[in-house]
Amino acid sequence: MGDVNPHAPEAGPARRAAETAARQSYGKLVAFLSRRTRDVAAAQDALSAAFEAALQQWPLQGVPASPEAWLMAVAKRQTIDTQRRTATSDAATDDLLLLTPVSTEDRDDADREIPDDRLALLFACAHPAIERSVRAPLMLQTVLGLDAATIASAFLVPPTTMGQRLSRAKANIKQAGIPFRPPGREDLPERLDTVLEAIYATFTQGWSDPAGLDPRHHNLSDEGIWLGQLVAALLPNEPEALGMLALMMHAHARRGARRDASGAYIPLAQQDPGLWDRVLIDGAERLLLQASALCAIGRFQLEAAVQSAHVMRRHTGQTDWAAVAQLYGALAELTGSPVVEINRAVAVAVAECEGTARGLEILDGVANDPRLSTYQPYWAARAHLLQRSGARDAADAAYAQAIGLELDPAVRRYLQLKRNGL
Amino acid sequence: MKYMLMIYSSEAAEKAMPPAEMGAILQAYGAYTDALVKAGALQAGERLRPVTDATSVRVRNGKSEVLNGPYAETQEQLGGYYLIDVPDLDSALQWAARCPSSIIGTIEVRPIWET
Repeated sequence: MGDVNPHAPEAGPARRAAETAARQSYGKLVAFLSRRTRDVAAAQDALSAAFEAALQQWPLQGVPASPEAWLMAVAKRQTIDTQRRTATSDAATDDLLLLTPVSTEDRDDADREIPDDRLALLFACAHPAIERSVRAPLMLQTVLGLDAATIASAFLVPPTTMGQRLSRAKANIKQAGIPFRPPGREDLPERLDTVLEAIYATFTQGWSDPAGLDPRHHNLSDEGIWLGQLVAALLPNEPEALGMLALMMHAHARRGARRDASGAYIPLAQQDPGLWDRVLIDGAERLLLQASALCAIGRFQLEAAVQSAHVMRRHTGQTDWAAVAQLYGALAELTGSPVVEINRAVAVAVAECEGTARGLEILDGVANDPRLSTYQPYWAARAHLLQRSGARDAADAAYAQAIGLELDPAVRRYLQLKRNGL
Repeated sequence: MKYMLMIYSSEAAEKAMPPAEMGAILQAYGAYTDALVKAGALQAGERLRPVTDATSVRVRNGKSEVLNGPYAETQEQLGGYYLIDVPDLDSALQWAARCPSSIIGTIEVRPIWET
């Protein structure tokens, strides 16, 4: 229960209005309804009933002036009914109440502005007490109203398992006393990190299907950007929130250039800059500038700056690999992440003279990390650099490993072609 | 945890595929199997001959019956399997999604009944 899927495709203006209202206000309504009780599951159940009622009534009575307020009023009534029913065990009047027209009291509600507590909801979803892997799914469900099955498919988890993980997390919020408010000044940067990380995980899940063949995956990139915009709007003075949004917009701007007409994968360096989305890139650049004015560098700003250096090619005709390598260097110092080192190795290989050998050295430096043995980008980078250095057999073996680990069929095909061309 | 990845796909559709495409999938299988070995996950795995080569046997009331063909006529057929040993279902599903046939068929992931 508690799953409203505002993204289910179905015609009809009433359903479309309900979907629009869902997209605009689902998170707001969940946040408002659960703020005092901290009972997210109950709020979602109530809202789910309200959306059902909307789909029954709006086609007959017309879409209300403020769909959000209407949904809120019905959801609140549903909550009261549920409480009463629990108290008296009398469920008979329940459905009848839902079908009665909106009362005067409800109309008063409609005039009141619903406060936006989504930030509090986001911070609750990404609270350190919530298991890391559930944070992004929890945000998608409570803020955007995605159903558990959709989220499960995107994250490659069985639907029942995802449902259980989400319920457990919601029970956690209620019972463990996870606070339903944004953290204070001193905790903000650290807590914001976990929020941004979860949003970015959402975006990259969607990115793993860049062809957009699976509409559910494809949507997740949009959901990630939507959440990023929400956080950036609610916290306009947090440079990392702006940086992350810039990073996602940069990546998203190139989605049309990542495949040719036949669906074959095209790596960044070979993409046609004319196919990049200029509006998105300009927006990303503005955000990055705004972030840098706040004078606190961070992981997401640096990653966005890397993207920025890449897309300079649309003006200069070539990528500033030296700048890319330098930015990855700064990022490696900041994060100590082996993933960053892999990217740095590839940039260094192109940027410096005798760079290929340097790049391979950098890869050797992280080769002992056990997580990398099944990490596809490590093997693809290794194969690429070994090929550049002329070590055919070693490159062949590395390509094989990369192909075996790749999830995206178009990238797999690309790697196979490179391997066969050795 | 041990899991069986059962690879179901349409033999008819595979037969109709351009040879280059099928060749690429088979080559990807080689790389996939290697990657399973290198990850220390592979226990066993084989490709099966098509269901036209299948023979089904059952014994009822002490009498054996032998039939040509598979147990059930289905649109997609079991074409092969991998037996893998991985930490949990999440990683089994990762491997299933990487399987080259996952783009043309379905990979059923079943935990082994451990005694």
